[in-house]
Formats: sequence, structure tokens, C-alpha cells
Amino acid sequence: MIAEAGLAALWIAAMLAALQAFLGLGSLKAGGEELLRAVRPVAVAQAVMTLGAFAALMWLFYSTDLSVELVAEDSASTVPTLYRIAGTWGNHEGSMLLWVTILAIAGAAVALLERRLPERTLAATIAAQGVIALGFFAFLLFSSNPFARLDIAPAEGNGFNPLLQDPGLAFHPPTLYVGYVGLSVAFSFAVGALLTRDVGPAFAKAMRPWVLGAWVFLTLGITAGSYWAYYELGWGGWWFWDPTENASLMPWLAATALLHSVTVLATRDGLRAWTVMLAVVAFSMSMVGTFLVRSGILTSVHAFALDPKRGAFILVLLALYIGGALALFGARIATVAEGNRFDPVSREGALVINNLLLSVILALVLIGTLYPLAAESMTGEKLSVGPPYFNATAGPLALILVAVMAAGPAMRWRRDEIVAVARRIAIPAALTVIALVAILLLAPGLRILPLLGLTLAAGVAAASVAPLWKRNLRRTPLFTWGMVMAHLGAAVSLAGMASESAFTKETLIAARPGETVSVGPYAIRFAAVDPVPGQNFTAVQATLIATRGSADPITLTPAQRTFDNPPQTTSESAIATRWDGQLYTVVGEPVPGGRWQLRLWWKPFVTLIWLGGALIAIGGALSLLGRSLPRRKVVAESTGFARFG
Amino acid sequence: MSLRTIRILLWLPLVGFLIVLGLVFTGLIRPHDASIRSQMVGRPLPAFSLPSTRPRQPPLTSASFADGKVRLVNIFASWCVPCVVEMPQLAQLKQAGVAIEGIASRDTPADSLAFLQRNGDPYDRIGDDKTSAAQIAIGSSGVPETYVVDGKGVIRAQHIGPIQPQDVADILAAVRDAQ
Repeated sequence: MIAEAGLAALWIAAMLAALQAFLGLGSLKAGGEELLRAVRPVAVAQAVMTLGAFAALMWLFYSTDLSVELVAEDSASTVPTLYRIAGTWGNHEGSMLLWVTILAIAGAAVALLERRLPERTLAATIAAQGVIALGFFAFLLFSSNPFARLDIAPAEGNGFNPLLQDPGLAFHPPTLYVGYVGLSVAFSFAVGALLTRDVGPAFAKAMRPWVLGAWVFLTLGITAGSYWAYYELGWGGWWFWDPTENASLMPWLAATALLHSVTVLATRDGLRAWTVMLAVVAFSMSMVGTFLVRSGILTSVHAFALDPKRGAFILVLLALYIGGALALFGARIATVAEGNRFDPVSREGALVINNLLLSVILALVLIGTLYPLAAESMTGEKLSVGPPYFNATAGPLALILVAVMAAGPAMRWRRDEIVAVARRIAIPAALTVIALVAILLLAPGLRILPLLGLTLAAGVAAASVAPLWKRNLRRTPLFTWGMVMAHLGAAVSLAGMASESAFTKETLIAARPGETVSVGPYAIRFAAVDPVPGQNFTAVQATLIATRGSADPITLTPAQRTFDNPPQTTSESAIATRWDGQLYTVVGEPVPGGRWQLRLWWKPFVTLIWLGGALIAIGGALSLLGRSLPRRKVVAESTGFARFG
Repeated sequence: MSLRTIRILLWLPLVGFLIVLGLVFTGLIRPHDASIRSQMVGRPLPAFSLPSTRPRQPPLTSASFADGKVRLVNIFASWCVPCVVEMPQLAQLKQAGVAIEGIASRDTPADSLAFLQRNGDPYDRIGDDKTSAAQIAIGSSGVPETYVVDGKGVIRAQHIGPIQPQDVADILAAVRDAQ
């Protein structure tokens, strides 16, 4: 009954999406303004229906209704409650339904909250949102029905992928999806603006909060995903350039570029065509990423098995949406009046360099991700593109990007003098040199990328707080705080990456219980190995006692878990976090002779990577607050002027 | 740049996208195959001679494969969970008349025999590959893996991972091709 109600809600939502597209486009015609008033309620009703369908699926998973095919395949009554609920989106159909649900909510949010956009552009935007939703509803209903029933319900389900049985899964995909799909709003804005040829500061100011919001969630999702991979896979790395990670990084790179170019458009009415292009590209990357991950054409840990028919369906949707938007761009953008020009040495100039670098990094990641596919279809050769390629190409560019980030905020809009800029960044530049000398003296023999990374991190951290220098902090607008925080976050994260890469100590050993092993500053005694039962797994758990100097010993218990349904082994790392780094321990296979494989790492300041990610997200959130509470800000500014004037 | 050139350039993103689309499409319609082939496919079995896991039986030697009979060589281990999964399929293949030889990787005869006691024993002969030297020589990187070896002792096909019910037909076809 609940499955049928969910399916019905999905059908109704699809019809409403069609109506939304029809009303939105209809209102663009002369005399169609009346239709616009109907568009908003329709968009909201569509979101409510989709949310209803999603809630129905969640209930089916929670109650483990095994007569539903999806539940029987991807869950079981023995799965712990949290993962029975999270299991809703731990499979292809459910994750697509989550995707569509967020899309519908984003559309409703635009319909309800957007007040700055000109009416006609808003109508075209909501219509575009409806058209996108319609395609994905069709995909769900015709080839990925999550509510399909089985003729005979099995006695027990197939269980849930043990790798995904982690609290991180409950939050990581929804966060990332809000980011991915939030970018659909920017895409629809761009399409709407192209349809009405209305690209200008008003459009940019309206679009900016949506981009910021999506970007904050993407940043959080990527940061959380990176930490998940770090502790759950037990390989000690925090980024693997896996196609799925790239799929989340590419929209983030595009959105980061968009975030900066939209500021140029909003403030200076420049970069019109480029901003529209980026808005199209950002969501296109979300869709391409979703497709690459979901279609299984690239081998990845995240790929759910998927038949080619479904892949072809998403591909057709991609062709229609991205191809359509790019065709509209080609046809229309030349008729959009050119924006303001600016001097190369200016804030705009720095932002253009930022955009170019981000775009080139995006292109490099895209090429690296697709290259195995291209090589296989052209030469039949199978290969895998990994960290050596990405680190060597994207690494140096990212460092240049960070250096530009230090100078950009110190520059004036429209025109600036190089000498003046140099004077403004003199202190951070001096700090950079001091850091370089200090690192060369204290830690000689570092490789070039970690060395530059550490040095630049120090300089950029100083430069990022420079905009607050000699400013009344209480009167500094929130979005300036946001920028400072986000740039500082980038420096912090870079410091963590460079430190992890430069100073990590690793010990791989087959040890007998009772032996003592050393890694970095720690002496680790391998105290015992014991079997430990879990709710749906049995674990072999090692007990390690780590001591460092006179500090209290730390007890770590890494384990190998063997799940019974489906049968699979996962390794659970045990991590101890200290202010200056993390001790990371993994227990592996038993080795003949009563020994066990132990992998131990000491990773100095590795936590800065994710702390920086969190700071970037907080910066985005502060900017968003600053930008979406414009009225209060204007009041504050005018009273400020009144007092001083 | 003239206005005309700029107008043409504006279509470049679409062209670039269409190229990527074409690429992805060919990737999608081509039968997808994520396995890594052993370089040994098409070559004769490397020389090995493994003592039998079963007591008082002759060793499993690569020379004994060149007797005109197509066989499967299945690499398994008692400590390998996916190996349990494929046992019914191996039994099915044996019933279909396929000869199966086992190579027990990094195992003791007692453990191997206890494993076969529990899960059924489809093997004609079993070689005890304590150090997995023979396994590595054949080009196998894990358990379970299954090779089709023709009557001249040449490796004709490789299956990586457990043989699932849907793989049985493919393996039977590979055995027929090797005749």
C-alpha cells in the first residue's frame, strides 16, 4: 500500500513538473503574465509530492518491507536501524529518488524565496527547473522504479554493503546531493537569463546566494567524503583521485569559479558570457558526475551495478539538457550586450586568473577521468590514470591558484597599480620568505610540492586575514568575513596536505602479540588480538597501546570485520587524534607463525586538511548570510554613513 | 577577432560536449568488462609440480594437462569466503561433464580437505600450492580464479572472482571453444 502510494505520488509530481514547465514558458508569451502566479504553487506542490514519495521509500526501508524488490535486494531486517534508513539512498533507485527530491525542493525554494530576479527571467528559470525535473522523473518511472514489488517476498533480504555501513553514509550522500542539485538552480537561472536575454548585475545578485548555498554543501560533502575514505578504507590516504571523488571535485571547481565570476558580474557588470557559461558547466559537471558514477562505465568503488539501458537513458537526458543549454548559449549569448571592461591589474583581473586556473584544473581532472575510457575505445588498451598524473598536473596549478588567492583580495576593482598592490601584500610576502627559510633549515630535503605547499600556506594564511587589517571588525560586512574565513581555510587545508605528504611516517610489519613497534614519536605495544562479536558481523580486534614520552598511553583497537550478509570483510582503522597529528592503525591478515600484519602511520597535522575544508564551508555560509540579509546590511551601512557623514 | 569569428567560437563548448558525449556513448554500448586479463592467456601452462592435497595421490603437474582433454583449473583456499560462494557452480560444471582440477593456495591439506568436506568436492585432483608460487606463475592475483586449459596444456581463458550462477554458461562456452 505504501509502495503504491509512493509510486502514485511520484507520478503526480511528474505531472506537476510538466505543468510547471508549461506554465513557466507560457507566461513568457505576451499576455501570459497571469500564468506566472500559478507557477509558484505548482512548484511547491511538486516538491511536496516528491518528498512524499521519498518518505514512503524511507518507511519501506525502515520497516524492511521485503515485498519491495529494492528493499529485498539492498537491505535486511538484521541491518541496524540507522543503516536501514540510510539504505534508502545506498542503492541506485533510492539515490536517484533522493536526487529528484532535492531537485524538487530546490525548485520550490526558488519559486517561494526568489524576489530579486525580474519576473520574466524567474518564470523562465522555474520552467527550466521543471523541464530538468521532468526528465529525471521519467528516468525513475520508466527505468528505475524504486517501488517495484516482487511477486513473492523472500524470507530475508540480501543485506546492505558493509563498506557503506558507517555513520558517514547517513550524511555524506545527502550533503553532496544538496550541493550537486543545488547547482541546478544556477543552471536554470542561466537558461532563464538566456531565454530572456537578461544577463546583468541583477541576475548575478539573484543567482549568487543559490550558488553559495550549493557550494557550501558541496564543500562539506567533499570534506566529509574525504574523511570517510580516510578512516573507512584503511589505506591511510585522504584523496585517491577515484572517478567518484573526481565527480564531486569537478562541480566544486566549476562552482568555485562561478562563485568568483558571479561577484565580478554583480559588482562590476563584467564577465557576462563567461558567468553564464560557468553556471551551465557547474550543473553539467554534477550531471556528468552522477552519470559516470551511476552508469558503471568507469570502474569505481561507488558504482552500483547498472544495466546499459539505464546508462543510455541518463546519457540521453544529459545530451538534451547540457547540449540544449550549450546550443542556447551559442545562439543567444552574442545578442547579450557586452559587459564592462577592466584593466588587467585589478580585482577583476585577479578573479579572471582565478577562473582560468580553476577551469584548467577542471579540464585536467575531466581529461584524467575520461582518459581510460577514451584509450579503451580507441586502442582497446586498458589503463588507469592515478595520483601520479593528477598530482603532477593539478598540483602545481593549485599552488599558483593559492598564490593568486593571496594577492586578489588586496587589489582594487577596475584599476590598480602593481606597486600599490605589492605594498599591500608586503607583509604576507615577507612571511612567505621567512617560512621558506625556516622550513629549509628545520626540515631539509623536502620534495618541491610539499615544500612550496607549506611555504605558500604560511603566506596565504597571513594574506587571507589582511583584508581585516585596520578595519572596524564590528562594521566589517559578513561576506568579507566569509571571504577571509574561506581563504584562510584553503591555506589551513593546504598546510595539512603538505604536512601529511612531507612528514608522514609509516611502518608495515608482521608482529606477534607482545611485540613493540615504533612509528614516528610513538612506541606501540601489540597487546592482544581478540574476536569480538557485532550485531551483524564478527570482528578480529587488535589491542595496541601507544606511548609517547611521558604522556598517558593511548589504547587503539583496529579490527577486521567479517560481515555475514552479504559476506565481506572490511578493515576498521583505529585513529588517535592529537593536536599535532593523528596516529592511524590498521590490523590486516594473519600471517603464518602467529603474526598479524600491522600498518601504522603517524601523520603530523593531517587533521588540518578537513579543518580547512570546514573553514571554507563556514566562510561560504557567512557569505551566504551576508548576501541573503541585504536589507539589514543596507540599514547598517546607511546608519554608519549617517554617523560619520 | 571579428564578430563572425566570435559567434563561431561561442559554439565551441557545444562541439566539445558532443565529442565527450560520443566518447561516453561508445563506452556505454561496448560490452563492459572490468577485469584485468592475465598475460598468460594464450600461453602454455607454466611448469609446476604440486604435491597432492589428498593423501597418497600423485602430484598435480603441468605436464599432465597435455593429454587432449580440456580442463578447468580452479584456484581456491579454505580461508576464502567467495570460494564458498562458487562451490555450487563448480558442482554444476562438473555435472555438465567438465573436468576440474584444484589448486589450493596458501593452505594446509587438513584445512583444504575440511573445507571440501563442508562445501562439496568438485575436483579430480588437487595440488597443494603452499607458497602460491604456481598461482603467481599462472598469472593469478587472488582467489578464487578459474582458468580454461585446452588439451595441449595452453591457457585459453581466465575468470576472475567467484563463478556466479550467471557465469556458468560463459564458462561452458569457453570450454567448448577450447575443444
